[in-house]
Amino acid sequence: MCLAIPGKIVALLDSQSSRTGLKMATVDFGGVRREVCLEYLPEAGMGDYVLVHVGFAITRVDEEEAARTYRTLRELDQLAELEAGALPEEPHEVP
Amino acid sequence: MKYLDEYRDERVSTALLDEIRRTVTRPWTLMEVCGGQTHSIVRYGLDQLLPAEVELVHGPGCPVCVTPLEMIDRAHAIARRAGVIFCSFGDMLRVPGSQGDLFQIKAEGGDVRIVYSPLDCLKLARAHPERPVVFFAVGFETTAPANAMAVWQARAQGLANFSLLVSHVLVPPAIAAILESPSNRVQAFLGPGHVCAVMGWSEYEPLAERYRVPMVITGFEPVDLLEGILMAARQLEQGRATVENQYARAVTREGNVEARKTIGRVFEVCDRAWRGIGVIPRSGYRLRPEFAEYDAERIFDVRSVHAAEPAVCISGQVLQGHKKPHDCPAFGTQCTPQTPLGATMVSAEGACAAYYNCGRHMAPASR
Amino acid sequence: MGKEFALACPLPVTGRKTIVLGHGSGGRLTAQLVRDLFLPAFDNEFLRKLDDQAVLKLGGARIAFTTDSFVVTPLFFPGGDIGKLAVHGTVNDLAMSGARPLYLSAAFIMEEGLPLDELARITASMAEAAKAAGVAIVTGDTKVVNKGSADKLFITTTGIGLVPDGVAISASNARPGDQVILSGTIGDHGMAVFSRRENLELESTIESDTAPLHALVQAMLAAGEIHALRDPTRGGLATSLCEIAGSAGIGVEIHARRIPVRQPVRAACEILGMDPLFVANEGKLVAFVAPAAADAVLAAMRATTEGRDAAIVGEAVGAHPGMVLLKTEIGGSRILDLPFNEQLPRIC
Repeated sequence: MCLAIPGKIVALLDSQSSRTGLKMATVDFGGVRREVCLEYLPEAGMGDYVLVHVGFAITRVDEEEAARTYRTLRELDQLAELEAGALPEEPHEVP
Repeated sequence: MKYLDEYRDERVSTALLDEIRRTVTRPWTLMEVCGGQTHSIVRYGLDQLLPAEVELVHGPGCPVCVTPLEMIDRAHAIARRAGVIFCSFGDMLRVPGSQGDLFQIKAEGGDVRIVYSPLDCLKLARAHPERPVVFFAVGFETTAPANAMAVWQARAQGLANFSLLVSHVLVPPAIAAILESPSNRVQAFLGPGHVCAVMGWSEYEPLAERYRVPMVITGFEPVDLLEGILMAARQLEQGRATVENQYARAVTREGNVEARKTIGRVFEVCDRAWRGIGVIPRSGYRLRPEFAEYDAERIFDVRSVHAAEPAVCISGQVLQGHKKPHDCPAFGTQCTPQTPLGATMVSAEGACAAYYNCGRHMAPASR
Repeated sequence: MGKEFALACPLPVTGRKTIVLGHGSGGRLTAQLVRDLFLPAFDNEFLRKLDDQAVLKLGGARIAFTTDSFVVTPLFFPGGDIGKLAVHGTVNDLAMSGARPLYLSAAFIMEEGLPLDELARITASMAEAAKAAGVAIVTGDTKVVNKGSADKLFITTTGIGLVPDGVAISASNARPGDQVILSGTIGDHGMAVFSRRENLELESTIESDTAPLHALVQAMLAAGEIHALRDPTRGGLATSLCEIAGSAGIGVEIHARRIPVRQPVRAACEILGMDPLFVANEGKLVAFVAPAAADAVLAAMRATTEGRDAAIVGEAVGAHPGMVLLKTEIGGSRILDLPFNEQLPRIC
């Protein structure tokens, strides 16, 4: 449960100008945009990645942390490379 | 999509599976708490890829599954009232009450609307000041900040026609209840990643310590789940029992302080009945007395609506991890997504529906 | 503490005494309705095949014959409108038998209060689509019902076409070894419509893929041996594959990574918690092609506009007859089954 999807803040709207009366942001999710409430992440800014659940940003994605742990995972993968066969296919995404 | 695709990488997943295989020396039973995690496991066929020693049982992390029949009936009673605009997340539309579901009520003339966010309900309330707008506020702690903000804004904007039907549930008391059960087999938990993004993980430390059970706060993508399983397996093999955070890119120990503040301003902890489990003390949220004017149960006077839960399906046992969906004799025969017997079949991510929709009823258990 | 929890189960099973929306979703409920009510009542050799069209012998010719109703809301959506959809939908049902579509009829059920300028726009759109597809709308009907008795406008189109000699395409003809070829990206139409529904407020470039497919089918037939064709409309690609697998008594195995999905469609599905495999398409087809012909057919498809993103996504097998298996992105597997109901967004 708790479907929360990562997206990038591409515009900020203060509470005066937003329709909801709350601090909002336009968040881009891989080409789809939605207005998201930013009240719970007052320090979030342009270009930040946030996790959005039911129209609210509930946390920032800690990009350094993500990079660090992903490096560790990649190392695991490189050990496994010794046994690896064919490269798996990339998902067939059409822009 | 950034921060999603990388965690669906096949090579990293395979490497993690190999490492899990190298780590486990004997059978272990793990529970993933969140229905979204169950959904992901079944969607990617993850549990079939795990070594036989690792058994995943599915927890009660599906608010659709654990919302008691009585609360569903109260929701339906309100939705049937003339003039009411009844708003709900899509998940709740098909949950059957004692008489039909919200879809049926819609067919009979009820104004039932699917919303993506509770803020959409405020918009509706402003657009239709003469009609009551009611939002079915189910969910775990993850959804509470959004629901709290909706109430807070309703007050700030002086909206007189907006109310919430609250059925929030909390994870840590449910975990404690599972661990207290004499027939509990769960040895480690994959903790709810997005609940903890909001609440932090400090509430899980006393649980890990008291019951000597590893708790790994885990995300939702295949790489997250596999890494979480690996971390839990290592703890089990090493005889450790602490809280660890696999989902570090989203979760910190304190969680989202602003969100928790607003939750505390609007909601207070209360006892809650869980479908298939019963009343767990201090396991839910209700509106604080100062927000009583937004309490739909009070406004529509539905507290007298009671419903007894009949006994056929094993939803309760599935929800607590005692049984798997295919252990149930009704699974796939009497009990299907079309004719659900239990809430676990109705919810898109209840364990049974996840299993059914991914065809488990046709394939014999592979392990 | 430490009590055992009493089993609690919610509800007795209730038999459906009325039609529910799920009966129109194209999935299991629809199939049951057809199988349990319509088929026994109307029973004949053509209907029993349960293809999207019937191929009839009249004089020396084989005529493909089909009908379809269009009830989409909203009437206008990114990439199209109900009129365009109606023309393409029927042209495509004919094309799935290998037929050359020739003539359409169009029946309009209009709700009192439908703005005339909307009807005019839709009619113009239909005329344009018919002209581009090379079909003529030769007869029709108009009815008006009281306000509240129809959702603005319903259009029913019926079509006939000619099936060339030597062409025998039917779901039941699919056989083990066939390559499964998808003509392009999935999920565009369904998400275009969904993203326009109120309360969801998603801003995107997603457009319906509504398009006529008969030229694509002709190019495919010229390139090699085609056994089965389906256009995956409601219920999505998964539903079409299940139908073919069931009809032909074969197993199907497809690979998640090979299925083309546009990025914004994928994103919209992620946000709403929906699965593109079950989302409607209106300008795509899936083909079961003889293995020796697969590469040639694929090349022919990619040379057309409608088939430019075509891909081989899997194959038919003799194992697990009637069952469709998906190999997941991380190498696991999952069974695709007929959905019961229309997919809904979820937050959990």
